[in-house]
Amino acid sequence: MELFFTMLVPGTLAGVALYGALHRVDVYSALCKGAGSGLETLVRIVPALIGLMTAVYMLRASDALELLAQTLRPWMERVGLPPELLPLMLVRPVSGSAALGVGSELIQTYGPDSQLGRTAAVMLGSTETTFYTIAVYFGAVGISRTRYAVPAALCADLVGFWAAAWAVRLLF
Amino acid sequence: MTMTVIWTGMAVISVLCSLFTGQGAAVASAAVEGASAAVQLSLSIAGMLCLWSGVMEVMEQSGLAAKLSKLLGPVLRLLFPQQAGDQAVMERISANVSANLLGLGNAATPLGLEAARHMARKSHGVASDGLCMLVVCNTASLQLIPTTVASVRAAAGSQTPFDILPAVWLASALSVGTGVLACKLLARLWRS
Repeated sequence: MELFFTMLVPGTLAGVALYGALHRVDVYSALCKGAGSGLETLVRIVPALIGLMTAVYMLRASDALELLAQTLRPWMERVGLPPELLPLMLVRPVSGSAALGVGSELIQTYGPDSQLGRTAAVMLGSTETTFYTIAVYFGAVGISRTRYAVPAALCADLVGFWAAAWAVRLLF
Repeated sequence: MTMTVIWTGMAVISVLCSLFTGQGAAVASAAVEGASAAVQLSLSIAGMLCLWSGVMEVMEQSGLAAKLSKLLGPVLRLLFPQQAGDQAVMERISANVSANLLGLGNAATPLGLEAARHMARKSHGVASDGLCMLVVCNTASLQLIPTTVASVRAAAGSQTPFDILPAVWLASALSVGTGVLACKLLARLWRS
């Protein structure tokens, strides 16, 4: 299992390149083109990261989050959600870059290989920016009566957060 | 607008709260540190983010991405029974889902929107069951390799940034499964 994860990244890189080359794709220019679009993604998220990490740093320094987490701690612990990750769960459905900012901060604070750091990473990786997506989709097709889309999506988010905590407890 | 409320709220609450907790000095220095920490973070995730966007491009050009979308056909026909007969819609949905799986968020959204536009044609401003399912599937994460998160872990000094993959898959599957179940259930209960 450990070898699998060690070799997953280089193995995928080599495998995809080999597959592409065998299918007569100009692998190297495709790689560079894609990397360029990655840079565009980065440029788009940097301003949001700067704004939000400033706000998150201030909020954490003011102890406001600790106060809120302490209030909610008994309920969260009863269902198996770490109260330390509350800020991440609050911003996740609203903004992807905010969640990335908050999540990165948590991962750096608790360490990437700690239980909390891993749970934060899994929460980030297994949920999406729900409200943004709903707004984009229904806005684009001009639908105002969204029926049960919002409750169903929020249900999925809640289960995603809980499942992230559970999966990390189970696997690490 | 939402983000304006959130950002302003965060800033105001930090200042007010620091007056209560006596953390004023800490908040003042945090206000200066946050921005440069964000730039450092952006630089440290840049390499991996670009590399994996490149790999996804190779997968797209070599037809590996299309192969994956073919595999999805049977599952998608179960999720979208009302659209199963509509070839154009099904093709766009499977392109959207496989772009999501590969983490090509920028490609997934336009593809999904095209599918949504096709589906919404006859609906007169009310979301159909198929459209609700498509939106809920897109609000739940389907990503197989969460490259951005892995880059953040690597930047924070993780030795094996990808070791969270099984946990991510498990949590995603449960979350997407819940969304799909909720849609199927609510489709029967919701009158309109």
